[in-house]
Order: sequence, then structure tokens, then C-alpha cells
Amino acid sequence: MNRRHLRIYQALLLFAIFAFWQLATDPELIPPFVWDNPNRAAFFFGEPLKMFQAIWVWFSSGTIYPHLWVTLQETALAFVIGSALGLVIGLWLGLSPTASALFDPYITAMNAMPRVVLAPIFMVWFGLGIWSKVALGVTLVFFIVFFNVYQGVKEVSPVVLNNATMLGASRKQLLRYVYLPSATSWVFSSLHTSVGMAFVGAVVGEYLGSAKGVGYLIHMAEGAFDINTVFAGILVLTAFALVLDLVVTRVEKRLLVWRPTQSETEQL
Amino acid sequence: MTAAVHFDRITCTFAGKGGGSYTAVKEVTLAIGDGEFVSIVGPTGCGKSTLLNVAAGLLKPSTGTLSVFGETLAGINKHAGYMFQSEALMPWRSCLDNVAAGLEFRGEALTRARAKGEEWLSRVGLAGFGDRYPHQLSGGMRKRTSLAQMLILDPKILLMDEPFSALDIQTRQLMENELLELWNADRKSVLFITHDLEEAISVSDRVVVLSAGPASHPIGEYAIDLPRPRDVAEIRHTRRFIELHDQIWHAMKDEVLKGYLQTKNRVVA
Repeated sequence: MNRRHLRIYQALLLFAIFAFWQLATDPELIPPFVWDNPNRAAFFFGEPLKMFQAIWVWFSSGTIYPHLWVTLQETALAFVIGSALGLVIGLWLGLSPTASALFDPYITAMNAMPRVVLAPIFMVWFGLGIWSKVALGVTLVFFIVFFNVYQGVKEVSPVVLNNATMLGASRKQLLRYVYLPSATSWVFSSLHTSVGMAFVGAVVGEYLGSAKGVGYLIHMAEGAFDINTVFAGILVLTAFALVLDLVVTRVEKRLLVWRPTQSETEQL
Repeated sequence: MTAAVHFDRITCTFAGKGGGSYTAVKEVTLAIGDGEFVSIVGPTGCGKSTLLNVAAGLLKPSTGTLSVFGETLAGINKHAGYMFQSEALMPWRSCLDNVAAGLEFRGEALTRARAKGEEWLSRVGLAGFGDRYPHQLSGGMRKRTSLAQMLILDPKILLMDEPFSALDIQTRQLMENELLELWNADRKSVLFITHDLEEAISVSDRVVVLSAGPASHPIGEYAIDLPRPRDVAEIRHTRRFIELHDQIWHAMKDEVLKGYLQTKNRVVA
């Protein structure tokens, strides 16, 4: 199967799923055989056509944009702050055995804690605006980046370090020219996961209490038992996550050109 | 004349994992003259690299002193360039930036460092490859980059730890010839480590044979009176080369066997 055919089949599969969904939930197309009330299926599972209608209304009237923008802002801020903190603290603990021995059990404990339960606390601390969502996202992103950087620092090749030392690098220069680039590469290798986590933090935060954002839209629709809008929100979020992932892949490719990948390595 | 590098009764003992200790080299006294090309050969695991790390200042000897141009070494040996056996290039830096790194560390302006880097790249036959990353280069090209990276700082002493052992024989002879050519241009002191006796004889002024470890020490020194400039591929077939090879190999053979048995027993035990 070549690439173009694959894409066509993928699109067809998507279409088939939605078509089946529509058929199975439409009260007039299929005689009810599970529930006695013909509208029951649509009540529980929604109707794709109505979902797309809701999405269409959102985008054509432009009401969705401020919500998407808020979610995007929260995701970006959570990612940047979480990564920066993870990078700095990962470098610090990676380079200082005493500090890492001291903090080790606390880091493990904090990572083991389900961080979603912190959301209400963040709401009390930072209010219902974007910052409580950013804080939740940061706690999720931080640990991914932190562990990657920590491991990355420990695994810097001793030969590369010795070589840089022999070339005259001071301790400060080793940090800047060897440890930092090495650690940064580990941040980028966890980019997909950490951006995803920032997104999860933003949406979950919005869902638990906010006045804006796609998570908020879903929460409101759920309160009104409007299952079609809930699904519409989920579809928008999914598409949004896909776009985000695409952007990350682009950025990654640009930043990690130096990294050998099996298929790309060209020997001269 | 003061020696470029002088090992004075150097002993290196490492703490073992099981509480015991392991003496890699014992009471090594050795001098490398200014502008002299000295090779150290010996069986595997005899502490050749340990000696080199001591000369570089990366490793502090347990006892004994190391002096560089008559001064006792404390910390990193700033007169020395080091070429490692395994990959030592920074993978996130392009070939050119790797070569220019030493100058950058020394605080030279980036444009000047890069210009000098280009110059050195063409001198080792890598002109036009400056924007490649190490993984895009072949093993031989990476070694050339390492060579340029070391020589750009114009060190007075070159420390080389089996630098070409990972290369195939043709590339290796090519690199050896290039090294000799570069060395001939301005004679630096070289301490060259190898397990390959032929390589040692074809490049050096003097070959030092180390005994098998633990507690290895020099057991013989041989002046190599082959005329320079040399072609390493051709010189192997001259009569004098074969004589020297026989002579040194004869002295080395027992040690190599000893070293082999020890490693074997260690694996079995």
C-alpha cells in the first residue's frame, strides 16, 4: 500500500465510523431494538451530524476562538514554565550528588502523587483564571522533563567531558557547552509527552472550574445533558491536540538535526 | 634539556569494588623529550591509558610526580592535547564548531575561531564538511575532526590513546601518514599509545614496552632509527623494520601471553 492509498483508506475508515455512529443513533433510520424509547441511543451517544453542526456554529460564529486561545495559552505557559523548571532542577540535582541524595525520596513521592487532586488547591491559590490551570500543567510537565534531564546529565559521555576539559573548558563552560546541550536534547526527546501533559493539565483544570476554555465548554454542555456539544468539544480538542503534535514534530526535526536516526544517517 | 613529560616513579592504585585495591601501574619512570615521538606498547589491560590520563592531568597518581617541562603538574595539563580512543566529539556541534570549540573555550571571538577552524579542517582534508554533524561523518572523518580539534590549540605535547584503533587498516595507514606529516611540520612531543607493535615502530622515535598488569612498568626501551620522513605502509617491508619488530616482539611475547592468561583467568573466575 503506498502512502496516498493509505491516506485514502484512513479517511474512508473515519467516514465509516461516523456513518455507523449516525445510523446507530438516528431514531428514524434503524428500528429501536435495544431501548424502547427511540431517542435513548441519541441521548447517550449523541448524533454525529448534530455534533458537526455544533462545531460548525462554533467556528462560523467565531465563539470558539476565545476558548481555544485560552486553552492554547495555558498549554504553552504550562509547557514553558514546567520545562524550564525541570531543566534547571534536573541539571542541579544531576550535577550535585548531595542535593540529589537529599531530595530523592521527596521527588519520588511527589511524582507518585496523583497530581489532579491538586487542582482544587491551585484554584484556591491562583483563582479561576488561567494560572490555576497553568499550575496544574506545570506539575505534570515538570516531572517528565526533570527525570529526562536528570538521567541525561548522568549519562553525558565521560569521554566527551574529558575531551572538553582537555580543550580547556572551565567548569562553567562544561555546564554551558556540554551539560546544557546534552540535557536540552533530552528535553526535546520528551517533547511529545510533555506538550501532551501540558494540554491535559489545561483541559482538566478548565473542566474542574473555570470561565473560559474548551474544557469549560464541555463542562457546561455536560451540565445541560447536551451530549452532542460534549462530543463536539471532545472532537475539537482531539483535532487541536493533533495540530499541536504536528507542530512539535516540526520543531523537533529542526532542533535535533544533529541526532542520528537509523534511517537518516548518511555515511560518507 | 628538560623533558617535555617526565614520569617520576608514578604509581596508580585504584580502590576495587570488593574493598580490595588494584595497582594499575607501579613505579613508572619515563621521560619524553622535547619534540620526541614516543610510543608505549603493551598487552591489553596493562595500564597504558592510565599513564596517559596521568600525563593529561585527568588522573592524579597515588604516588610519584609528573612534571611537564620541568614543572610539577597540578590539575589539567595545559600544554597537552589529548586524542581519545573512543568518540569524543560533541554530537550536538557541527564538525566546524567541534574544531573551533577549544578556541571558543579560550575566549576567542566566534568568527575568528570559526575562520581558524575552517583552515584546520582543510588541513586535515575535510574542507567543505564543516557543517556536517559527527554522526554524518565516517569513522575516519571523525578522527580527522578530533585531530584538527586537538591541533588547533597548538599544544606542545600530544597525548594519543590508540587513536586509530577503530579504523580499518587502509584508513589507519592514511591517518598515520597524515599524522606524521603534520608532526614533521613542527615537532611536538608525542606520547602515543597503541597495542599494535607495527604501528608503534612505524611512527615513533622510541618504543617503550610495558609489562602485563597489574603493577605494570616499562620492561624495555627501543630506539627506532628508521629514517624520516616515513611512509608507514612501505616502511613495514624494510629490513631494519623487520629486525626491530623481531627484537621488540621477542621481549613482548611473554608479557602478552601473561596478560592474556590473566584476562582469561579473570573472566573464568
